[in-house]
Amino acid sequence: MTRYLVRAASLAAALTAWQLLTSLNIDLWLRFSQFPTVADVARAFGDRLGGHDYWTDLTDSLTRILTGFLLAAVLGVATGVLVARSRLAEDLLGPLVEVLRPIPAIALVPVAILLFPSNEQGIVFITCAAAFFPVLVSTRHAVRALVPVWEEAVRTMGGGRWRILGSVVLPGALPGIFGGLSVGIGVSWICVISAEMISGQYGVGYRTWQDYTVVDYPGVFVGMVTIGVLGWVTSTAVERVGRWLTRWLPRTEYVAGARLRSAPAPVPSVPEPVREEGVRDEHLV
Amino acid sequence: MSTSSETGTPVAARGTRLSLTRASLGRPGAPVIEGVDLDITPGEILTVVGPSGCGKSTLLRTLAGLLPALAGTITQDGRPLAGPGADRALVFQEDALLPWRTLRANVELPLAIKGSSRTERRAQASAWLARVGLADRERQLPHRVSGGQRQRVQLARALAGAPRAVLMDEPFGALDAQTRAGMQDLLVEVLHGTGATVVFVTHDVDEALFLGDRVALLGSGHPADDGGPGSPGRLLAVREVPRPRDRSALDDPARLTLRREVLTSLST
Repeated sequence: MTRYLVRAASLAAALTAWQLLTSLNIDLWLRFSQFPTVADVARAFGDRLGGHDYWTDLTDSLTRILTGFLLAAVLGVATGVLVARSRLAEDLLGPLVEVLRPIPAIALVPVAILLFPSNEQGIVFITCAAAFFPVLVSTRHAVRALVPVWEEAVRTMGGGRWRILGSVVLPGALPGIFGGLSVGIGVSWICVISAEMISGQYGVGYRTWQDYTVVDYPGVFVGMVTIGVLGWVTSTAVERVGRWLTRWLPRTEYVAGARLRSAPAPVPSVPEPVREEGVRDEHLV
Repeated sequence: MSTSSETGTPVAARGTRLSLTRASLGRPGAPVIEGVDLDITPGEILTVVGPSGCGKSTLLRTLAGLLPALAGTITQDGRPLAGPGADRALVFQEDALLPWRTLRANVELPLAIKGSSRTERRAQASAWLARVGLADRERQLPHRVSGGQRQRVQLARALAGAPRAVLMDEPFGALDAQTRAGMQDLLVEVLHGTGATVVFVTHDVDEALFLGDRVALLGSGHPADDGGPGSPGRLLAVREVPRPRDRSALDDPARLTLRREVLTSLST
């Protein structure tokens, strides 16, 4: 509870500082006189929320990032598993991946414009490319790091290649895969906004840039706040899904920085209570 | 428990015969054990003892089909041994349960691979867990139970697939002495009636003599701790263990003689 108060207070302090600096037109080395005040931004936000365009921008951006990200998740996991499990795939795809990986996704804008018939597909392509590599790399690592005895156990039960994939490789690599997905959703959000700024029609990024070109500074800040909030929401969603799917992981009861005295009701450790796991008895995957 | 262990417990097929003839085992270019002639008869419990590095685990993994023989022949009931199969279950020393599956889901796995229906495999898995004394724990995740309980689940999982041979690689090696004795009794009890052939690797002489119908002694040519690679191990002898299987019969003269022989062979 106190932690939430601290968080709210921190946010409030930042907004107050912003309001004071801008309303008093502080012009030291940093110039706040041109900066819109919090009140200006809030007013602009209110106007936008009432309009139709804001929501179109929002849904357009969300559609693009979700399409791109989901494509990247599927392709990244599939390629990562393939490269980690097959020497042929590693030889075929490895060099290509290593050469393409360092290229920032946003540098693919010319490629997207040349390749795709519409801007829309180009933006999705860039979003997908951004998330693809972190997902691929973390999947590859996670699959290679699997405990060999799990696979051997399934093989000695007569399990074949697909059984091993479904019962060992994918569930076992899931914690690592979600590491990549968390990074991926972050970079693909950055890239969808950037791509919209360059070549979009509608979308939060497009709108923000548009406001800048017509010198509507409060509008620019509305866009930035929207980007921030949506980015936070999407990352949190991925994080939550990941935690839920990997809830079998043994987690430490230790909370960093928590004071022992104020800790909530101590967890009885001996004897171990027979606790029902929140896990269905069907297999997770 | 809604299912009785009578209906849930499958009557396993008869044991299988595993034969090795002049077999060399190990990884290509690095044989771990050479010249093994061993005939493991259907339904017997063969314990394998030997110093570390003499090829006990290699022998077991080869019988499981995880490693091909480097030379010689290995047959199962007269046919050359193919790769791994559900008829030969392997119980590992380390924790080989899938950590994201509940204990019951782990035991269900071999049945799912065989293609049993969901109700069938649930009933069987529950029955096997009850037989190893874990009926009330079936919905727990592996990391929530003790090491000894996890090994009991591994045993249940191995037997649930109704294998014709159970290959056990120091399954109780990581357990304390008291738990270990309980597990040995449980193993004897649980195996009873399955008819499965058992190959049980251990470094504990008393465990080998208690469990085994026969004991196979493995030795290494010379120790590997002089820096160089040790020469491959070999099969020294196979001895019948006097019966009955009884902890209090440890002072039986025939058994004491055998124990001394085993200990001597281990120390050279």
